[in-house]
Parts: sequence; structure tokens; C-alpha cells
Amino acid sequence: MPSSTLEIPPHTLEQIHTHGETTYPEEGAGFLLGTGEDPRRVAAILPLTNTREEVARRRRYLISPEDTLFAEMEADRRGLLVVGVFHSHPDHPEIPSEYDREWALPWFSYLITSVQDGRAVASRAWRLSDDRSGFEEELIV
Amino acid sequence: MATLRLSTPLRAYVDGKAELTLDGETVADTMQSLTEQYPTLRAHLFNAQGELRPFVHLFINNEDIRHLQGLDTPVQPEDRLMLVPSIAGG
Repeated sequence: MPSSTLEIPPHTLEQIHTHGETTYPEEGAGFLLGTGEDPRRVAAILPLTNTREEVARRRRYLISPEDTLFAEMEADRRGLLVVGVFHSHPDHPEIPSEYDREWALPWFSYLITSVQDGRAVASRAWRLSDDRSGFEEELIV
Repeated sequence: MATLRLSTPLRAYVDGKAELTLDGETVADTMQSLTEQYPTLRAHLFNAQGELRPFVHLFINNEDIRHLQGLDTPVQPEDRLMLVPSIAGG
């Protein structure tokens, strides 16, 4: 059983799915803004530009530190926190890759959406374990 | 004592604080001071070879230390450091 919970309103999850379909066949990504822990609640999303070089965007995403800082300031302005990241896996399952693990930050919720043939089919959420050895699944409600 | 601002996901490792004041004459010294006070943070900032992980960006007075002298960049007491990650995956 997942040990933590991520609350996402249906319309926000729909926004994330639409974003993944719009950026298909490239990976789309952005930040989850929200509040609290146990349960963690997502209140808004902040889609961002995938700044990977064009040839790599189907398999990788990159958000610059400047965009991270902007997101933190925007969250602060709204009285929220940056609580995680969402990204899409075009034509791949909604499971973190080894590359996801290598680059993952602690504490963040990582929401991954599988987009198959241009259509978002499923999302799951994950958190990096404290020893960085893997991800633990979060329950999306 | 320079001031260090930490990005949100790292604050859970420093008792929820957004900013800390740290001793050190270089950026490396301040990072040493940080990870001595908060050892669980070290694995998330440095790899097994003791190098900064590629997603860790340190800014000193709004300039990326990679464009200065890296971890050897001198730190003055009035300096303001920021630890901000880039976010990547695939």
C-alpha cells in the first residue's frame, strides 16, 4: 500500500493530461503547486517549457534552475508551495525510469502520465526514497 | 556568516527552514558546514565521488558558481547564496 497520499482535483488532473497530449510526441512537464503533507494537496499546476535540445525531447525533459526559482516565487505569491513535478511518458508506462531516479529530488511528488498514441491513458505519483535507491508510490485521490 | 536560501524540496532536511546562515570562506566550506549540521542532506547534493550532483545549482549573489570558480568561489559574510535545482527526468 502507498504510504503517502496526493490529492488532485479531477479538473487539475485533466489539465495535466491535456498538457501531456498537447506536447506529444515530446515529453511535457511542469510543477505541482499545493499545500501541506498527509495528505498533500495539489491546488494548481504550472506548465513549463521543456528546455532539452529538440532531438532529446521525446525521451527527456529539463526545467532550468531559473524556472524552478520562478515557480517558487509564483507559489509563494499564491500562498502555496512547489510540492512536485509532473511529466509525461510518450508511448511508455507511467513508471519512473532509472534516469528519473538519478535526477530526482527528495520530498517532491513526481506525477507521471502515460500518453499512448497522443492520448493520456493513466497517471501515477511517486516519491524518491530517502536513500535515493528507488521510488515509493503515492496514492492519488 | 553568509546566508543560504534553500529550494523547497530541501527544506525538509533542515527543519523546514528556508534560509540558514553558514560559516565558510569558500562555497565548498559553506557546503561542508551545511552537511555537517544536516548530514542527511549530503546524499542529495553530492554523488559518491563528492561532486555536486548535476541538478544542483548554487548561485552567489544571483550568479551561478559554475561561471565563477565553482566550489572554490570565495564567500564574504554579506554574500547571499541560493541552492536551486534544475529538474530533469525522462
